[in-house]
Amino acid sequence: MSDLHRRTLTELAAGLRQRAFSSVELTDELLGRIEASQGALNAFITVTRDTALEAARTADRALEGGGGGPLAGIPIAHKDIFCTAGVRTTCGSRMLDNFVSPYDATVVRRLRNAGAVMLGKTNMDEFAMGSSSETSHYGAVRNPWNRQLVPGGSSGGSAAAVAARLVPGATATDTGGSIRQPAALCGITGIKPTYGRVSRYGMIAFASSLDQGGVLAATAADAALMLREMAGFDANDSTSVDTPVPDYVAALEEPLAGLRIGLLKEFFDKGLDAGYERCVREALKVYESLGARLSEVSLPHLPLSVPVYYVVAPAEASSNLARYDGVRFGHRCENPRDLSDMYRRTRGEGFGAEVKRRIMTGTYVLSAGYYDAYYLKAQRVRALINEDFIRAFREVDVLMGPTTPTPAFAIGAKTADPITMYLNDIYTIGANLAGLPGISVPCGFVQQLPVGLQIVGPHFSEARVLNAAHAFQRATDWHTRVPEGYA
Amino acid sequence: MYDFALVFSLPQHARRLTFMALTREQVASIADLARLELAPAEVVALQESLSKILDFVGALDACDTANVAPMAHPLVALSQRLRPDVVTEEDRHEQYQVNAPLTTAALYLVPKVIE
Repeated sequence: MSDLHRRTLTELAAGLRQRAFSSVELTDELLGRIEASQGALNAFITVTRDTALEAARTADRALEGGGGGPLAGIPIAHKDIFCTAGVRTTCGSRMLDNFVSPYDATVVRRLRNAGAVMLGKTNMDEFAMGSSSETSHYGAVRNPWNRQLVPGGSSGGSAAAVAARLVPGATATDTGGSIRQPAALCGITGIKPTYGRVSRYGMIAFASSLDQGGVLAATAADAALMLREMAGFDANDSTSVDTPVPDYVAALEEPLAGLRIGLLKEFFDKGLDAGYERCVREALKVYESLGARLSEVSLPHLPLSVPVYYVVAPAEASSNLARYDGVRFGHRCENPRDLSDMYRRTRGEGFGAEVKRRIMTGTYVLSAGYYDAYYLKAQRVRALINEDFIRAFREVDVLMGPTTPTPAFAIGAKTADPITMYLNDIYTIGANLAGLPGISVPCGFVQQLPVGLQIVGPHFSEARVLNAAHAFQRATDWHTRVPEGYA
Repeated sequence: MYDFALVFSLPQHARRLTFMALTREQVASIADLARLELAPAEVVALQESLSKILDFVGALDACDTANVAPMAHPLVALSQRLRPDVVTEEDRHEQYQVNAPLTTAALYLVPKVIE
């Protein structure tokens, strides 16, 4: 049996280039792993076996001739929030169960142009609203470290697929922690870039002032390789920023000595699991031994980031999801009596409970008489949180702390009370509100479950954040651990 | 008043609900604005969870935001870019309408609006 799945994306790219193995060989092995794991993990919504093998053959021909892009022949998966022409895009919702996009998301197009081979579309919380990947219309995703537990969310399918070595890398999106939190819970690396760094064109909108696409992979070096191809200006996205993309891969090996690390005081609080905290503190000692300087930093408004988020994100979601009306695409109810009945029943049937809850929250906070008290108020506090970050980055280069308060929790444990679920993103939401890049890297285990260290940097500091994560991974081996049964 | 400093450490059920719980009629009226058909059981469930959420976000009231401008875009220094006013899209209605629930003669069909 082949063991190509054990290699990192970086190693696979080198092996393909040297023709040590073919993309068809690699793609075939991983498709087999995806199909074998589907019953246990439910990481995929759609597997594209035939088109994947065809793309692999094309990549092999290019590689044979000494050509092919930087990711030529590398199998990847896309979160099912990215539109793929000709392959259905569901966003984990009954509403889009039959939706086949007429165009590709910019991220999909760029990765294909770089030579990547898409193996399929990964499972996720419905419309990316969730922290556990339990709200999908296609059933819950399971954590490869323990199938009774959630993989985190909303990018849980992409995270489980990378953790179980079904793909070496996958795309994901992060609105309040949906890349970093599942990366932490699945023991892998996940980067959310600066707002505007990766095009949102063709990425189904949830909360437009927060949504950002990024990468889940085994290592920071792998994430750098994928992000380098995904990032960059796109005229089709009015929030895309026209700033040159540095060579993230070349910056990986730059020395770390002298790096000023700020420990987020507000993150080391009573809500943080004691064993989790020990792992994070150990990781910080590793950084000290590498020549970094540690100091404590306080962001006094940060504890308000969850309440701010649960006004701003539902408000934007209720506006974005108004487009699902049963007229031009997606689900439509049977035998509508009139237009109003069609809208109501289409939306009542097409959306799941959590999506309805967010639409209702958003509609309430935007409604006449409440707009100032909730929405404008939240945007003002958001400005204060942003100023806290700006002040902190005058003193330090990066901020570090835990990615989540606890390791992975049981399926069903937090579905009864939405606030309990929402508080899972307590350490990740701040970076979204301020539009900052953040990464989660594996830094230990508690109760046999992975722990994540989060690194947040100033706007457009992806190269530095990846460099800091890479330096840690050169000094430790947490990122090489693979769950039992998937090694 | 809700003590936001405790958000990190206290489980939700340990806190007192200070927000006036939403009535069934209020939930129904929000659903009406959102064009969402809700089953009676969903209305009851949303009464409880929306009240909890609104209580939770009420923590923002305690924060002094006098003279703070609302932040609508995460990159404050950058303003939204406008594109040149030129036609960039070609007519692709046939491809788009493959996804439509009901069309005729290249038109989207909906239930009758005017008698």
